[in-house]
Amino acid sequence: MKPVLDVDLGGIPLRSPVMAASGCLRSIRDVHGLVDVRRLGAIASVSVTAQPVAGSAGPRVAETPSGLLHDTGHQNPGLDVFLAQELPVLARTRVPVFASVGGATLEEYLRVGTALAEAPGVVALEVNLACPSAERGGALFAHRSDHAAEVVGAVARSTRLPVFAKLTGDVADIVDIAGACIQAGAHGLTLIGSIPGMGIAPASRSPRLGAVTGWVSGPAIRPVAVRAVFLVSRAFPDVPIIGVGGVADASSAVEFLLAGAWAVQVGTAMLVDPDAPLEITKGIIGYLRRHKIADPSQLRLALRPARPAADGGSS
Amino acid sequence: MRRIRAEVLSSRNQGQHHTMTIVAPEIAERARPGQFLQVGMPADRSFLLRRPFAIYKASRQGGWAGTLEFAFGPGGAGTDWLRTVRAHQFLDIIGPLGRGFATPKNRNVCLLIGEGYASGQMYFLAEELRAKGKKVDMIIGGPTQEAIFKPIEGKRLAASVTVVTEDGSLGSRGTIVDVLAAMAGQTGAEVIYAAGTTPMLRAVAEYCGQQRIPAQVAIEEAMACGWGQCFTCVVPVLRKDGSGIDHQRSCTDGPVFNSSRIAWDALVPSATATSTGSGSGSGSEGAGA
Repeated sequence: MKPVLDVDLGGIPLRSPVMAASGCLRSIRDVHGLVDVRRLGAIASVSVTAQPVAGSAGPRVAETPSGLLHDTGHQNPGLDVFLAQELPVLARTRVPVFASVGGATLEEYLRVGTALAEAPGVVALEVNLACPSAERGGALFAHRSDHAAEVVGAVARSTRLPVFAKLTGDVADIVDIAGACIQAGAHGLTLIGSIPGMGIAPASRSPRLGAVTGWVSGPAIRPVAVRAVFLVSRAFPDVPIIGVGGVADASSAVEFLLAGAWAVQVGTAMLVDPDAPLEITKGIIGYLRRHKIADPSQLRLALRPARPAADGGSS
Repeated sequence: MRRIRAEVLSSRNQGQHHTMTIVAPEIAERARPGQFLQVGMPADRSFLLRRPFAIYKASRQGGWAGTLEFAFGPGGAGTDWLRTVRAHQFLDIIGPLGRGFATPKNRNVCLLIGEGYASGQMYFLAEELRAKGKKVDMIIGGPTQEAIFKPIEGKRLAASVTVVTEDGSLGSRGTIVDVLAAMAGQTGAEVIYAAGTTPMLRAVAEYCGQQRIPAQVAIEEAMACGWGQCFTCVVPVLRKDGSGIDHQRSCTDGPVFNSSRIAWDALVPSATATSTGSGSGSGSEGAGA
């Protein structure tokens, strides 16, 4: 049996379950000869806001054990430049684009979301809810189910494209927030965005980031992400979930698929190894073949108990 | 830009610095002074990021044809590991990355400034400028004799080399900035190039601004990818219309910038308020120092 990699995220067919995560593949011309982008299942774009954002002062990245601490301050060219210059380059790859929608207000999310949804090459919107709200003292939309659902619902109602809500993992009850987004009209969920963090250099007594606090990504957050995917997919098994957070190799990708993800996004690993998505894709094929599994969807929540059952079952 | 598995030809201590020579013909063929390499770290370690290193020699002819050299100082986990890599082992290399130094068209007298092992890329630049018929003088500096990188190379390549150390253990006692005005005047510098710590670069930029001497500086900022995707290695650059600053990527828009374009106040405290030239060399290890 030859396994296939094709996945269907509830009406969004992808040739592979391996995507590029938002903000990690945003300048195609600079990866010429380095990344075979056509092998990606999809590309999540950088989060776009209505106006250009210059972003935070440096340093913007520091290493942390098995991860990165980073903050770009949402630097992006703004909606107009993104639509005119950056999105066409992504679309020309013919890889489906999940356009990431940012915003500081409900109105901004709506404006950006509706504009991106009309653009060629965009197959879905990914609403980045880890943006600070201008009207709520900088609280993240993703931190409360009502705030998240309000944005996701409004964007979903204003477009015919499927909307994925990208949630942060540092919340008390991810299932509650995910449920509110689904009820509001989210087609699917991207779990999880980077989680908040901070580092300080003892020698200089200065924060490691210019923005003082930032976001942690990479294998360091993988268990947090796997748990979020698992809890949400168990609660909403029919809702497409894209797993992200420390997907670094085929084994970690399969871990997310077993936890219930329909697809995975590769972020930090791609910044270290531009071939990571391709290696992961090959590795998933190998895993499916070895385990005689027809396609990645068969792995969803196909968990076995951590220990054999007490009645002596030996499998 | 290519990604290759490059064999290490040699790995050796050079004062407090370390140099590595690798076989990388595809990269050596096109590498220019100011460009850099991203060196992959071993899998299954807790430090993930590649380490960026300026290229200080790209040999295209002779017995060393097809080889590249880079140097680094005392650093953190990544460079500690790199020092253990021996000849005939392989490194995962991406390069050449970034935009290198530009050659002036109508200016012929060049003053090159290198601090610590950042002098290495200045030797590479000196070679290129000399081949183009330019006159090259150099200032190389560091805290101590141990920090001065291969001064003999400079003497071989430049019309004059001024060595400064803070403790006076080699050359004259002082900092690069202390001798800058005198050397620029003495050599009649028409264009200045500098690589090293950011406070020193700012001081050079301020001097060149006052004297209206064009200057190009190689900025080292902590970076994740190195090929333009993550926007973490940004440098604040003044907009041409004076309306503010843009954050440009040092990996692809730089690492070499025209010093007058940089919004120095947003990058580093003014040189007049801090001691300058005190570092041991430029950018130890990107984000993973």
